[in-house]
Amino acid sequence: MTGQHTGADAGQRYRGTPARRVLALARNTWRGLTSMRVALILLFLLAVAAFPGAVLPQRMVNDALVAEYIADHGWWGRLLDRLQFFDVYGSVWFSAIYLLLLVSLVGCLVPRSAEYLRSMRDRPVLTPRNLRRLPHYRQATLDVDADEVIARASTRLTGWRRVERTEPDGSRTISAERGYLRETGNLVFHFALLGLIIAFAVGHMYSYEGQVIVHADGSEFCNSGIYAYDTFNPGLTVDGTELTPFCVKVNDFEADYLPNGQPENYRADIEYQSGEDLDTGTWRPYELQVNHPLRTEGDRVYLLGHGFAPEFTVTFPDGQQRRQATQWRPNDQVTLLSDGATKFDPPGVTDATERRSNQIAVTGLFAPTAHFDGAVLSSANADLLDPAVAVDVMRGDLGIDSGYGQSIFEIDENMVEQGKLERVARENLRLGEELELDDGTRIAFDGVQRWASLQVSHDPTQQWVLAFSIVMLAGLAASLTIKRRRIWIRVTPDGGTRSVVALGGLARTDQAGYGEEFTRIATELLGDAERPAHDGTEGERS
Amino acid sequence: MPVNETLSQLSDWSYGSATAIYMLAVVLFLAQQAFGKRGAESAARAAERPRTVASAGPSDTGVGGTGVAGGTAPGSAPGSTATRRYSGTAERFGRMGVALTVLGVLLHLAALVLRGVATSRAPWGNMYEFIMALCLVAVVTWLVVLRKYTVRHLSAYVLLPVVVLLFLGGTLLYSTATPVQPALQSYWLVIHVSTAAVASGIFLIPGVASIGYLLQSAGERNPARFAAMTRVLPPKETLDRIAYRTTVFAFPLFTFGVIAGAIWAEAAWGRFWGWDPKETVSFITWVIYAAYLHARSTAGWRGDRAAVINILGFAVVVFNLFFINLVIAGLHSYAQVD
Ligand code: HEM
Repeated sequence: MTGQHTGADAGQRYRGTPARRVLALARNTWRGLTSMRVALILLFLLAVAAFPGAVLPQRMVNDALVAEYIADHGWWGRLLDRLQFFDVYGSVWFSAIYLLLLVSLVGCLVPRSAEYLRSMRDRPVLTPRNLRRLPHYRQATLDVDADEVIARASTRLTGWRRVERTEPDGSRTISAERGYLRETGNLVFHFALLGLIIAFAVGHMYSYEGQVIVHADGSEFCNSGIYAYDTFNPGLTVDGTELTPFCVKVNDFEADYLPNGQPENYRADIEYQSGEDLDTGTWRPYELQVNHPLRTEGDRVYLLGHGFAPEFTVTFPDGQQRRQATQWRPNDQVTLLSDGATKFDPPGVTDATERRSNQIAVTGLFAPTAHFDGAVLSSANADLLDPAVAVDVMRGDLGIDSGYGQSIFEIDENMVEQGKLERVARENLRLGEELELDDGTRIAFDGVQRWASLQVSHDPTQQWVLAFSIVMLAGLAASLTIKRRRIWIRVTPDGGTRSVVALGGLARTDQAGYGEEFTRIATELLGDAERPAHDGTEGERS
Repeated sequence: MPVNETLSQLSDWSYGSATAIYMLAVVLFLAQQAFGKRGAESAARAAERPRTVASAGPSDTGVGGTGVAGGTAPGSAPGSTATRRYSGTAERFGRMGVALTVLGVLLHLAALVLRGVATSRAPWGNMYEFIMALCLVAVVTWLVVLRKYTVRHLSAYVLLPVVVLLFLGGTLLYSTATPVQPALQSYWLVIHVSTAAVASGIFLIPGVASIGYLLQSAGERNPARFAAMTRVLPPKETLDRIAYRTTVFAFPLFTFGVIAGAIWAEAAWGRFWGWDPKETVSFITWVIYAAYLHARSTAGWRGDRAAVINILGFAVVVFNLFFINLVIAGLHSYAQVD
């Protein structure tokens, strides 16, 4: 524990049978691992190993950035990938270090706890023969007898653990010690740290996170399975079959902006159902805001972001209408200029081939506050002040039936390359404007809906992590502020009613600042009469 | 909430003045040191003369010459408050330096408070403001240290990095007073960012003290090295003690800051810990300071190695402040620089 074990003599004794040798090796390894020096080195390694995660993109944070990085850096990127540098916190080497540290921590805590329990029953040690040698020392001759001095000192030292002894020459002594809480705090700190790490690791097994976009028009989302999400990140043991059931309905979304376009506030007006409400069909209202997630059934629902869904109405030559608002994705977080693709099937067409030659996609850009530079659309503001779209209308086979999933934000470029999908119009439309295709089909941009992007998070151990970190902090504070210190008093009777009183003090830890307290006690017991021989404050003003 | 332009202007003005005044204080402290060095040489000549040992009093009247005597006369108890006045001029410069530093702190504080009032929010919502707060804490901590230890002649080396940081903050990183965006509107902003600023500000002091420690230590092994510095620096025991006590004070605060950050992240970003670059580097910082505390109680790691670890700790704090904010995009990079 103290880092002084070398294990050399143990090695001598166990030389002999192979079994013994293995035993010796294990023993030495254990001793080494639980030594303070190794703990220190492991701490260092942990810091070093965590570092690449701060400067390299990480899969668990941003997958796309990782792919980009690898693509940009050729063999170097691939090598880093092979060495798990893009998954630092799940990598073999990172895990190895922290597991070793964990073992070292346990190995350190067990013997220390035993020693701690033993020391709790110990009595303060004998008074040293020569108190003068201690860092803090004072002596005086008082006009009272020894009993009186001892009584006074005992009163002054209430709260200290003390022992009175009488020495062979008739001197009376008090040994007193205080600050045992320091070691308690230190052990509490390390145990809580252990608990925190374990709770954190367990959390990673059982937690999940899913994101989903919900239109702010009363649309509903239910936490019923992975399929309900746009993206889903399960913990190691989560297969998505046992998600906590609850439903959320987004009725409205509002955003406030400052005149300069900086967002000031987002809120989604939602209703939710969970637990018994699911059976009774009760909806409860909640105002979801950025720093105020909905907490229900141990899960949390967050408002992550928002965007727009331009609404298009297609009037086909036969007069039939189809209206659709598909979410477009913001490609600029500041101005919310968005892009996307809204896809239509011709109505009433049963013949698959014919249907596939007349599908329509409205693709392009959407700006909540339009700014035209010539014919080029950009967005001047994230607020919905003067929306416009710049669209390409594509007609033909969208490839939706091909069996491959496709992004809701894009059209399948393969179809365009194969000539199956053609651009039949390109125009800028303000709200309420429409365009007409060669066959008489009219496409109107006649509304804008908002959508909210929600995240559902589930982490059964996060309260534990919080509890452990609070305990850890308390232990840390106790261990760093409390000083373990000793004081000794020797009272030697000098004639009838006079006593020579010597006081010595020692701080057991390398915390400085005991001098002040010692001086105070000494002054109270001895008065100001005698100057301190030395006050031992070592360059410190007290 | 609209921004009060007048107050924000006043804040900027106070900031500039505080920086200039600190700069002036640096000059005075360097002058104290220069004159003190002459005093030190005469002290060395008079090294054999018996010296009176003063009783340690709570006042701040002790002379900054302690370290000089301790550094050159090995026989003396480290840092014992020798009252010999080595040079009246040096003493005067030193006092003026402290007075100016106090004035600087007042203006500095005014700058921070005015920012807060102008924007009606906690004045640490972007890098400029964060640096302002951090530096204020560093200087205030140093003034507290000055009340406990006779190390006034070291002030220039503490104020110098502060002036550099303030200068960078006021020029490259300056942002006009604006409200913060939705994710930052939380009382956890006040709690988390203020403890982070306070802890980081305090960490500057042990960083500087540990550099001094290493210089002293090198000078001990080879008196010819860094002689100009080692003569004026306080003895290394004092530097070590300053470093330890300030670190021990800042470390639980920093721990609390990280925990508060995690609580806030749980509410704002959907998870309490996600290895965002800033979180990662805070974790690294925490581990390094934990290593420092371990080193202090490990045989063979006290002294130089512990000092190196402490300096590394502050280097990582600075790295977190500049590199992570400016170079690496993460959740923490809210439009912090205009
Ligand atoms: C996960 C890794 C660890 C971390 C983050 C950590 C952190 C800390 C911190 C912050 C302190 C200073 C606060 C205090 O004194 O209570 C400390 C002290 C201490 N740690 Fe650890 N520790 C770790 C592992 C270990 C291990 C493995 C050992 C044993 C080999 C150990 C032994 C000690 C001892 C003996 C002290 C007291 C030092 C003193 O009295 O000043 N720690 N630790």
